[in-house]
Amino acid sequence: MSYQGTAHKVGDHIDTDAIIPARFLVTTDVKELGANCMEGLEAGWIKRVKEGDIMVGGENFGCGSSREHAPLSILGAGIPVVVAHSFARIFYRNSFNMGLLLIEVGDDINKINDRDEISIDVEKGVITNKTTGTEITYPPLPEFMREFLTKGGLIPYVKEKLGA
Amino acid sequence: MAHTLAQKILQKHTDQQITEAGQIVQCNVSLALANDITAPLAIKSFRAMGAKKVFDKDRVALVMDHFTPQKDIESAIQVKGVREFAEEQNITHYYEGGDCGVEHALLPELGLVGPGDIVVGADSHTCTYGGLGAFATGLGSTDVAGAMALGSTWFKVPPTIKVEYNGTLPAHVGAKDLILKLIGEIGVAGALYKALEFGGPVVDALDVEGRMCIANMAIEAGGKCGLFPVDEKTIAYTAARGRKDSPMTADAGAVYERIVSFDVSGMSPQIACPHLPENVKPVEEVKNVRLNQVVVGSCTNGRISDLREAAAILKGRKVAKHVRTIILPATPGIWKQALKEGLIEIFMDAGCIVGPATCGPCLGGHMGILADGEVAIATTNRNFKGRMGSLESEVYLSSPCVAAASAIAGEIADPRKL
Repeated sequence: MSYQGTAHKVGDHIDTDAIIPARFLVTTDVKELGANCMEGLEAGWIKRVKEGDIMVGGENFGCGSSREHAPLSILGAGIPVVVAHSFARIFYRNSFNMGLLLIEVGDDINKINDRDEISIDVEKGVITNKTTGTEITYPPLPEFMREFLTKGGLIPYVKEKLGA
Repeated sequence: MAHTLAQKILQKHTDQQITEAGQIVQCNVSLALANDITAPLAIKSFRAMGAKKVFDKDRVALVMDHFTPQKDIESAIQVKGVREFAEEQNITHYYEGGDCGVEHALLPELGLVGPGDIVVGADSHTCTYGGLGAFATGLGSTDVAGAMALGSTWFKVPPTIKVEYNGTLPAHVGAKDLILKLIGEIGVAGALYKALEFGGPVVDALDVEGRMCIANMAIEAGGKCGLFPVDEKTIAYTAARGRKDSPMTADAGAVYERIVSFDVSGMSPQIACPHLPENVKPVEEVKNVRLNQVVVGSCTNGRISDLREAAAILKGRKVAKHVRTIILPATPGIWKQALKEGLIEIFMDAGCIVGPATCGPCLGGHMGILADGEVAIATTNRNFKGRMGSLESEVYLSSPCVAAASAIAGEIADPRKL
C-alpha cells in the first residue's frame, strides 16, 4: 500500500465543522460531501485539491462532532490519507470504519510544508518528502488495521459477523 | 484490580478481564442512539452490513432533533427515511414532532439512560449521560449501525484523569463555569483518548442537571467520556423516571493517569472566547464585546435549572433592542415545566424569542444563524469558527446566568454587577 501526492497543510484543531459545516449535512452522498470538503475552513478550499492528494493536519485533527460525514467528505474530495500530529478520538475511529487512512506522526509533522510532494509507504511506516528530501518514520499500523482498511472498513467486518 | 469508574462499567458489560488501560474489550451496549443527521448514514450502513433486525427494538433510540422542526425539503426527506426505518423495525423510542426534544436532555428525562449503562450514540455529546454515571460515548454512524445490529461494540479501555473541585462555589458561578475552567486549563486535546472522572465536595453538592452539563463538555477536552460517581441524588433522579439503580464509586486504589485539582472559592464566571472552547477567560477580562444574538438552550444548558437561572436574571428586565435573545427549552417536558413556573412569561416580557426544543442554532442548523460580522453568546458547547453560521461570525460560550445578563446589557456582562 503506498500513496503519493501534494500535501495540503491545515492548522491545529481542525474541527469537523471546518471539514464539513452542518448546513451541508442534509445528504449522505459522498461526492456531494466531497464537493464541500473544508468549506468551513475557507470558501472554495476544494478547488486546490486534485485526486490522490494528501491532507496534512496539526494537533487534534477532526475534533468536535461525531459526524461520519467528515471522513466521507475527505474521501469524496479524492483524498485517501490524512497525516497529522494527532487525531481526535471519534474521528480516528470513524475514518478507519470508512476506509480513510490516518497517520499520526507527532512533532515530525513540521517536516512537511504546504504543497510539498510526499509519498507514503504504509507497510514500512515511512513518509518521504520529495520536495525537501527528508523522511519521517512512524510505527506502521498493525496488520489487522491495514486489513480492515483494504477490505473496506467496518461494514464488511460486521457483515461477516452476521453471516449476511 | 482496583477499577476507575470507566473500567468498572466496562467490566460489567464484558466477559474479558479488564486489567489495564489500552486493552481492547468487546462490550454489550445498553442503548444505541442516533439523530436526524447521523441516523440516515447509520441506516445506510446497517443495510450495507446485511443486517435485517436491530438487536433490541427497545434499546435503540432515534431522536430527530437537530434540524427540527424540519428546516427544508432535504432535512425532511432524511427524517422521512428514519421514520420509515423505525416503523419497519418497530423501534419503541423514535421521537419526532411534539414529543421530540434535544436528545441528551430527552433520554435522561425518559429514564432511558442511567448508572452503569454503556450508551453509544452517533453524536459527540452522548458523553452527557456520564453525569448519571453511564459510560456514554460518541461514535460515528457506522459504528452505531454495528452496535444496532450486534448489540455490542469494541472499546479501548481509557486511562482516566481525575478532576477534583474543592472549596465553595460563589453566587452566579456554577456547573458550566466549572467545566469551562477545566477545558481552559487542560486544553481541547487535554483528555484526548481518555476518560475524565469528576469528584470532590463541589461535585457532591451539585445537582444531577449540573453534573450532566459538565459531562456534556468532556468531549470538548477530547475526552472519551466524563463520569460522575453515582450517589443518592442520582438514584433519586433515575428512580423518579422508573429505574432501579444502585450507588457506584470508583474502587479505592484505582490508578489515575493524572489528578487535576481546583479550589473554586472566589472563582469568577468563565467565558470561552472565539474560536475554541479552550480560550477561556474570567468574565471581567472580556470587555466591550457588543452582541447581536444570545442563545440559552442546547444539550449543555437547556434544562429547567438553566431556564430558572436565566429567568432569575431576566425577571422584570428587558433585553437590549439589538440582541436577538433566543430561549429554547430542551424538551417538551421542560417547556411545560417552564410554562407552569411562569418562566416563559418572564422571557417573553423581557423581549426574548421562546422557541421549540431543537438543536438548531447550536450547530448553525436553523432558528438563530449568524451573519458576517455578527457576535453571539450562547450556553451551547462549541464556538468553532462558523459553528453558528457565517465563517466571519463569532461565538462566545457561557452559563445561562452570564448569557441572560449579557442579553440585558447588549454586550458580554458580569451577572454579579447587575
